[in-house]
Amino acid sequence: MPTFRLPDVGEGLTEAEVVRWCVAPGDTVKVNEVLLEIETAKSVVELPSPFAGVVGELLVPEGRTVPVGTPLVSVEAAGSERQAMLVGYGPRDEGAPQRRRRRVPAGATATLEPPAAPAARPMAKPPVRKLAKDLGVDLTQVPCDGLITRSDVEAFARDRDVVSEPSTGEPPAREHRVPMTAVRRATAAAMVQSAFTAPHVTEWLQVDVSATVELVDRLRADRAWKDVTISPTLLVLRAVCLALQRTPELNAAWADEEIVMRDAVHLGVAAATDRGLVVPVVRDAQSLDLRTLAGRTAELVATARAGTIQPAQMAGGTFTVTNVGVFGVDGGTPILPPGQTGILAVGAIARRPWVDEHDAVVPRWVTTLALSFDHRVVDGEQGSRFLTDVADLLRDPGLALAW
Amino acid sequence: MHHESATANNVQLVQLLTPDGQRVEHPDAAWTGSTDDLLALHRDLVLTRRVDTEAFALQRHGELGLWPPCKGQEAAQVGTARALRPQDMAFASYRGHGVAWVRGVPPENLLGMYRGTTLGGWDPAEFNLALPAIIIGAQTLHATGYAMGLTLDGAVGTGDADRDAAVMVYLGDGATSQGDVLEAMSWAASFSLPVVFVVENNHYAISVPVTRQTAVPLVRRADGFGFPGIRVDGNDVLACHAVATAALERAREGHGPTLIEAVTYRMGAHTTSDDPTRYRDGTESDDWAARDPIDRVRAHLQQLGDHSAAFAALEDEAEQLGVDLRAACAAMPEPDLADQFDRVFVDPDPDLQRQRGDYVAWRSLETGGVA
Repeated sequence: MPTFRLPDVGEGLTEAEVVRWCVAPGDTVKVNEVLLEIETAKSVVELPSPFAGVVGELLVPEGRTVPVGTPLVSVEAAGSERQAMLVGYGPRDEGAPQRRRRRVPAGATATLEPPAAPAARPMAKPPVRKLAKDLGVDLTQVPCDGLITRSDVEAFARDRDVVSEPSTGEPPAREHRVPMTAVRRATAAAMVQSAFTAPHVTEWLQVDVSATVELVDRLRADRAWKDVTISPTLLVLRAVCLALQRTPELNAAWADEEIVMRDAVHLGVAAATDRGLVVPVVRDAQSLDLRTLAGRTAELVATARAGTIQPAQMAGGTFTVTNVGVFGVDGGTPILPPGQTGILAVGAIARRPWVDEHDAVVPRWVTTLALSFDHRVVDGEQGSRFLTDVADLLRDPGLALAW
Repeated sequence: MHHESATANNVQLVQLLTPDGQRVEHPDAAWTGSTDDLLALHRDLVLTRRVDTEAFALQRHGELGLWPPCKGQEAAQVGTARALRPQDMAFASYRGHGVAWVRGVPPENLLGMYRGTTLGGWDPAEFNLALPAIIIGAQTLHATGYAMGLTLDGAVGTGDADRDAAVMVYLGDGATSQGDVLEAMSWAASFSLPVVFVVENNHYAISVPVTRQTAVPLVRRADGFGFPGIRVDGNDVLACHAVATAALERAREGHGPTLIEAVTYRMGAHTTSDDPTRYRDGTESDDWAARDPIDRVRAHLQQLGDHSAAFAALEDEAEQLGVDLRAACAAMPEPDLADQFDRVFVDPDPDLQRQRGDYVAWRSLETGGVA
């Protein structure tokens, strides 16, 4: 029975998520009738059937992400049109060279079936045989049209483990599994990479931002600014740009042999969206006036929320600001995006008792700033200077004139 | 001073067949073909689209690495290419599947490059069609050079209809921003070369709209170089054929280049790797679907008489073409990687020969040593 494997539909894609099956087992399909929809890193794509016939088992459930080359469905061919699938123009396995496949003699279509005769010993090199033994994989069961490679065995073991899980007899525990979205997966990978390579230090500072809140109110009331979305966060972004000029080390990058100082501030602005955390990057933020900065930021965040943001619009950040205050909390210890040296978390701005210069306790607008930095690149001195600079600007925005 | 948009209708658009299939006349173009000629053009359009959609599906089957679809642009390609004579030379881009069809290239020859089994696909001298240009706009220089050659060969303006030849080169709206294209046009104008530039304005350079490519209609580029430009409904195969016939005739007679801007629309993605919904909305695509190049010819033919039998036969022919194309694709021989070592230098190089030997030895180890 010919099997349709996940093709690389986009020049070098390695995986895709099965979004929706358009056929069910037992359905009769014609050539080029749509079998399923997949979502790749680039787009949602319909996959037409290469075969005519009756649909067999659907081998990958909706919502699961599988690597290119994974069998998706088998079709019991009705007519003469059977083809040996040519799969895997994209990389099969990172780093591994493309294996030359032994061709099955012309006319045979059973390239993807397990070998029929028990006598046929599957071809694999000794280390791969050992791996199969360690993983408990029977090599005769591994679908392959030639030499079985390490990645074939690993893929088989992975699929087996995934498929066998739900059917392990006992009623399932009171838990359920949610398929990983692409954004969740990307966030996870970035966080793990950063947390275990960059030694993080986090510093905290409470600051009276009443003057910033007043400035925001004044700008909002000003007709000249009526088209601009003004928020305390926007003034934080501006303050960060100014403070980075005085402590450019926080805008640098660790590059193993050296430290890369960067002239431009490409400011990451974390945004919560339906698809998860997305961090669009405002490029050359240091050169933007407040109005342009506001426009760029609002546009990028709206694009991110709409789910149409392009990877290039999220790449290349040099410093990130995350506003955790929108969730109603005072602060946290942010984890650095990979390749960046600093990230600033802004907590909720709330009315708090504050001791003023006359020792009187007065209600003021207060927030908490939390700065995480990569201790390989900067020390407490620079981190503290940067953080107090930002705090000073928010306490007294007029200082910006003096810098 | 006033502004003109790149898509505005204030430059005359030559149209001979309306989107709903009404035959209209235009002072700058004439088409006098028979009903059989119409049926032949209709067949070209339908089979070109079939080749295109089949190849797109083959990419989704995992049989091709990439495919750039021409859906929607069939009339611009077929109409202009049908105006070519056998001795004329054509230069198309990677999307010119309709041009290849008209020039007689077997459609499966289009697939090899996208399957990675061949470096070309056909002999340009056999079909008088150059291999598809991947570098944006580079083919305009090739075409201008070829036209220069025709002139030096004395194959222009002799009055001998079987001898006089011209060159037709296809490019997109995005290519008009390439320096190569401007150089080609400048040179062609200076030497009054027999070359017809066909700009298939499909409105997008991948995701960049034509309004970001130019501030005036592209046809007006010709004014600056000093040769005629004509703007034609690129989804009207009759108008495309008529203006191309006149432009080629002018070129063969030695009167120099012409720019044809064929206003059309790429109905699908830039390539199989592209997702057009990210940069254009559905209403725009719907508007252009109503201007489909095939539907209007079919509607017009139906007004002329009952052609349902011909249409049914054509449907069968298209179906068989699809089956044949799939089979031919699967049957393409896999290239021998060892050949790569022989394609670097004309004369054998000892280092490369040694590397080739190493590769062949490694390969036999890989497949032969473990059974």
